[in-house]
Amino acid sequence: MTVADTHRAILAVWRIEQPRLITSLARMLRDVPLAEELTQEALLAALEQWPTTGVPEKPGAWLMTTARRRALDHLRRGPMLEAKHKMLAWDMEEQQQAMPDWDAALDDDIGDEMLRLIFTACHPLLSREARAALALRMICGLTTEEIAKAFLLPDATIAQRIVRAKRTLSESGLAYEAPRGAALSERLSSVLEVVYLIFNEGYAAARGQDWLRPQLCDEALRLGRVLTSIAPHEPEAHGLLALMELNASRTAARTDAAGEPILMLDQNRSLWDPFQIRRGMQALGRARELGGAGGFYALQAAIIACHARAQTAGETDWSRIAGLYAELAALVRSPIIELNRAVAVGMAEGPQAGLSIVDRLMHEPALKAYHLLPSVRGDLLHKLGRHEEARAQFEAAAALAGNRREQELLRRRAAEAADAASTVT
Amino acid sequence: MRFMFIVTSAHPNAPTPELMEAMHKLANREIKAGRMLDSGGLMPLATGAQVRIVDGQLSVVDGPFVEAKEVIGGYAIFELPGKEEALASAKEFMQLHKDFMPGWEGTCELRAFAGP
Repeated sequence: MTVADTHRAILAVWRIEQPRLITSLARMLRDVPLAEELTQEALLAALEQWPTTGVPEKPGAWLMTTARRRALDHLRRGPMLEAKHKMLAWDMEEQQQAMPDWDAALDDDIGDEMLRLIFTACHPLLSREARAALALRMICGLTTEEIAKAFLLPDATIAQRIVRAKRTLSESGLAYEAPRGAALSERLSSVLEVVYLIFNEGYAAARGQDWLRPQLCDEALRLGRVLTSIAPHEPEAHGLLALMELNASRTAARTDAAGEPILMLDQNRSLWDPFQIRRGMQALGRARELGGAGGFYALQAAIIACHARAQTAGETDWSRIAGLYAELAALVRSPIIELNRAVAVGMAEGPQAGLSIVDRLMHEPALKAYHLLPSVRGDLLHKLGRHEEARAQFEAAAALAGNRREQELLRRRAAEAADAASTVT
Repeated sequence: MRFMFIVTSAHPNAPTPELMEAMHKLANREIKAGRMLDSGGLMPLATGAQVRIVDGQLSVVDGPFVEAKEVIGGYAIFELPGKEEALASAKEFMQLHKDFMPGWEGTCELRAFAGP
């Protein structure tokens, strides 16, 4: 094994163990950022020692013992005479003596602990970006470098984002606890939002060369599964998982061999992952059973489910989709949802009906720089045979698109429209 | 990446209660960590059957199969970042066998799913 191999093996163990290490230390220290720091020290110790000693038989137990020792040292070193700390340290030692068998602690309220950790990392005090970075770091066990790579940002930017977020958490003096009952549902939205942000960053790769960054999708899906298993009565957790599973089921069909994007209606549906679709449908079913059919994520999942159910693009139930978008628009006023509704209405009732919705959006400030507005308008105009206007719209869209491959797709459509225009005249 | 773990053993005795409990705890943790998608233990081979094609002929053979050396006892499906994580996870699973079912010998084979 080379040193690099050993490091990869250590990081693999780390990813499995880290959330449990943090939660265990957080319980001792009542301070999540500090707990995270000390677990990082345990990782450094492993990276230092394991290449020579080999990976121990029970690497999780090794990391836990090392991390707990650091935490105890910290408590002893700190303002020593503070009775509270002494008590905690004493408590801890007693706990260790009473519970020497590591395996007995395997199922130690994992759900509750994980929930607390997630709610802390995704606290609404923090910006969405900071929450995403902290969640990837503390719950998924990604290194700063890995997060930076995934978000196409410099390491220093992510490092700083994490440091600031941890400082905010430390200074806020938040209680380390998971909200319960109604407060849980309310706070959950700030967690779901972050998970969805991570998913979309990977799925709709807004910037850069690649259309997809699957690692982020996978991490988001995993977080979604964590949430549905530890907060099983929350319909929107299931709704979000459904939405992500159903979207991710199309991954293999979304690009061609050269990596060029293929639009959903042109995709080879036999490449859609039927197992993932089934899991998505199950999650959507669960959301509905829990009374959450009208939730923000469940409605979006229901829309994607319409596509997943259609054997061919021609069989898509566009009126149902248009109806679901109308429900969604009633829930959240958003010009982007309205734009999507225009697409569905255009398919269900014809391009003119779609175009009249889009035309009402043309002066919407929020869509001023949104490339999909001219892109959708171009598509509807193209269908109406107004090719020259369509060409101008596709070109405007290409100029606004941030993803290189998407720009190329839009330029191709502009060229097609130009061809069609010259054939007509 | 999705992986299937397939556990085989030449001596497919029922797991000890201690091992069962430890595996249950581990599975519980892995499900709550969003990594394990599915798992299952399989009934003894004697209760199964094989449908074979030999020389172009389809035939059904009921268990037990005297020629079987290693028997599949169970499987699990994981979604993990990569092979290193799969290895770490399989090692942890096998360590439980070592700790809670002394004398047991067997294999946990890990295989990535074909496709994206």
